[in-house]
Amino acid sequence: MRDVAVIGVGMIRFGELWDKSFRQLISEAGSKAILDSGVAGKDIDAMYIGSMSSGRFIGQEHVGALVADASGFSHLHIPATRVEGACASGGLAIREGYLSIASGINDVVVIGGIEKMNDVAGTSATETLATAADQEWEAFFGQTFPGIYATIATRHMHEYGTTKEDLARVAVKNHSNGALNPYAQYQKEIKLETALNATMVAYPLGLFDCSPVTDGAASVILCAAERAKEFTDKPVKIIASGQASDTLALHARRDICTLDATVNAAKMAYKLANITSKDIDFAEVHDCFTIAEILAIEDLGFVKKGEGGKAVENKITTLDGEIPINSSGGLKSKGHPVGATGVAQIVEVALQLRNEADKRQIKDARIGLAHNIGGSGATCTIHILEAT
Amino acid sequence: MEGIGIVSYGANIPRLRIKTKDIAAVWGKDGDSISNGLGINEKSVPGIDQDTATISVEAARAALKRCSINPQDIGAIYIGSESHPYAVKPTGTIVGEAIGATPDLMVADYEFACKAGTAGIQTCTALVKSEMIRYGLAIGADTAQAAPGDALEFSASAGGAAFIIGKENIVAKINHTLSYTTDTPDFWRRAQRKYPSHGGRFTGGPAYFKHITNSTLKLMERAKTKPEDYNYAIFHQPNGKFPISVSKKLGFSYDQIKQGLIVPYIGNTYSGASLVGLASVLDVAKPGDRIILSSYGSGAGSDSFDIIVTEDMNNLGRNNAPSVADMIENKQYIDYGTYAKLTDILYWE
Repeated sequence: MRDVAVIGVGMIRFGELWDKSFRQLISEAGSKAILDSGVAGKDIDAMYIGSMSSGRFIGQEHVGALVADASGFSHLHIPATRVEGACASGGLAIREGYLSIASGINDVVVIGGIEKMNDVAGTSATETLATAADQEWEAFFGQTFPGIYATIATRHMHEYGTTKEDLARVAVKNHSNGALNPYAQYQKEIKLETALNATMVAYPLGLFDCSPVTDGAASVILCAAERAKEFTDKPVKIIASGQASDTLALHARRDICTLDATVNAAKMAYKLANITSKDIDFAEVHDCFTIAEILAIEDLGFVKKGEGGKAVENKITTLDGEIPINSSGGLKSKGHPVGATGVAQIVEVALQLRNEADKRQIKDARIGLAHNIGGSGATCTIHILEAT
Repeated sequence: MEGIGIVSYGANIPRLRIKTKDIAAVWGKDGDSISNGLGINEKSVPGIDQDTATISVEAARAALKRCSINPQDIGAIYIGSESHPYAVKPTGTIVGEAIGATPDLMVADYEFACKAGTAGIQTCTALVKSEMIRYGLAIGADTAQAAPGDALEFSASAGGAAFIIGKENIVAKINHTLSYTTDTPDFWRRAQRKYPSHGGRFTGGPAYFKHITNSTLKLMERAKTKPEDYNYAIFHQPNGKFPISVSKKLGFSYDQIKQGLIVPYIGNTYSGASLVGLASVLDVAKPGDRIILSSYGSGAGSDSFDIIVTEDMNNLGRNNAPSVADMIENKQYIDYGTYAKLTDILYWE
């Protein structure tokens, strides 16, 4: 198996981008990554595009070829494949690209992640996101994602004494990080009281416990590590890629306070990289809801099960903490264009490892992890990157 | 004063009200938080026998009571509304007959979401200027529709205002008017559909704020004025927050907009909204006062007006008809069940 490196990253500022089309979003992010990497169109062997539901959001499927076309590569006839795994679509696209290079089939691969979610009304966006849940067991009965994660949160509160303040502190921390990220949808800090007193969405999750509906795109250029120096002098190595699945419906899980997909994908990744959770310097985790970040840091082994709620208060996961979590602002503050999220996480980890994260730069960042979840935990991808 | 402008005005607001918190309670929502978020405490509701035609007639009659013109001298009636009682058959003819202005009369009903009333004022201004008519009557009125449970249900209300435009005995001169228009589908109602659809927050930045800001700035550029030159400013008011926010952005103070900010007390009267605000300002304005008004209609466009109150305002019989403040105070609360009956929510085949 060959080593794989990230040789270019690009993304656009996430937000409510009504004045930009799907094509514009992805070609802007893609061009930035290509320029950053130094590759030319003729160097590209394949493209993988993560997009959860372009069909429902903008009425357009077949976006693999569309992205190649929009990027100006139609004449090169580059193999272009769309990858879908709900909100983990981006992470899966990274993994597909990684596997294709590691296997020796491809040398240079362009990864894109995109979702344009604001062209439909809020209720339609909620319905579309609910297609990532189990239609027969959850969605048909009115369950939505805030409801599913609220169920997890109330159980976590019951089992481990996690409080609404613990949840709110995750949002406050991520907004504080996002305020330093020029690509974030919400570049402003919030107060704990604001988060606690916000409109209730599904108890105990208020408005500030939920990631927003976002338009956005991100792109990463992957390359066989042995050829990376042909294109860039700042490659970042991907030292592991892990993936796992679980039941689509929450109620069928062994323990609803643990995402076994995360546990298993992490096990796979740590083994491949020959490291443990203690070797990770920082991570981008899938905080689609504040409770999801608490689960993630527990399931990735950064804190013990049940202690995730106190991680912000104990300054473990803050930007200057022992393991900074979501320096980008996370899904909460940076925004969550579902198909783009997994790719944007790799962009952030690579920027940190290249020491290019400016005001949010984590000191001595050497090994970073990206954790991307689909649905309520039925799909998980984990990538571990190392500075070179 | 020479020029073209408002000869008289009148408003009408139905007296029934429903409180925001009573609507919220039906849908399991927090009324205080919605009131605070929207800046609306209660809204007017049309009675069983009130519609855009009756509101227009009442407003037009109030305008006629305040001045001494002969209705037969009115040469045109334009009524802007999203809730004309008929899809085909004009509201303007009903009003024309009711006030005795027929038959030597040009009439057409206008629709441009919430700015069709101000479009009527622009048309009348042009017709007077071209001397095709002596007086024109422009009305903006609505009994606004909102689907049960939709966010619009907290704001969509009923009311309207009428303005007689001419060049004799004008109480407020229209110095300048212009429009800013693009195709921006932020809010719409398809043919045969009972309730409108909207684009959520898309109705804000790229729609309301962009159009009102551009229209107002272009007007001030043409009039060579600055925000501080105006005693009163009126902006379209779909809720209590947007007009305050756009006024701040443009450099106007709350003191300049408060007299024309009616939405917290009666909700959004759509085509009537900015015009009821103008009527409220004319209720108290003194000669020499300068007024700026920018309406907004989804779809989208904004009409802006630079207006100056004349000495003839002292001769207008303002007390011959109820003021906007009088009509805001003259109210009777109803519960959601009564509201549902009156707004046709309980309709079945």
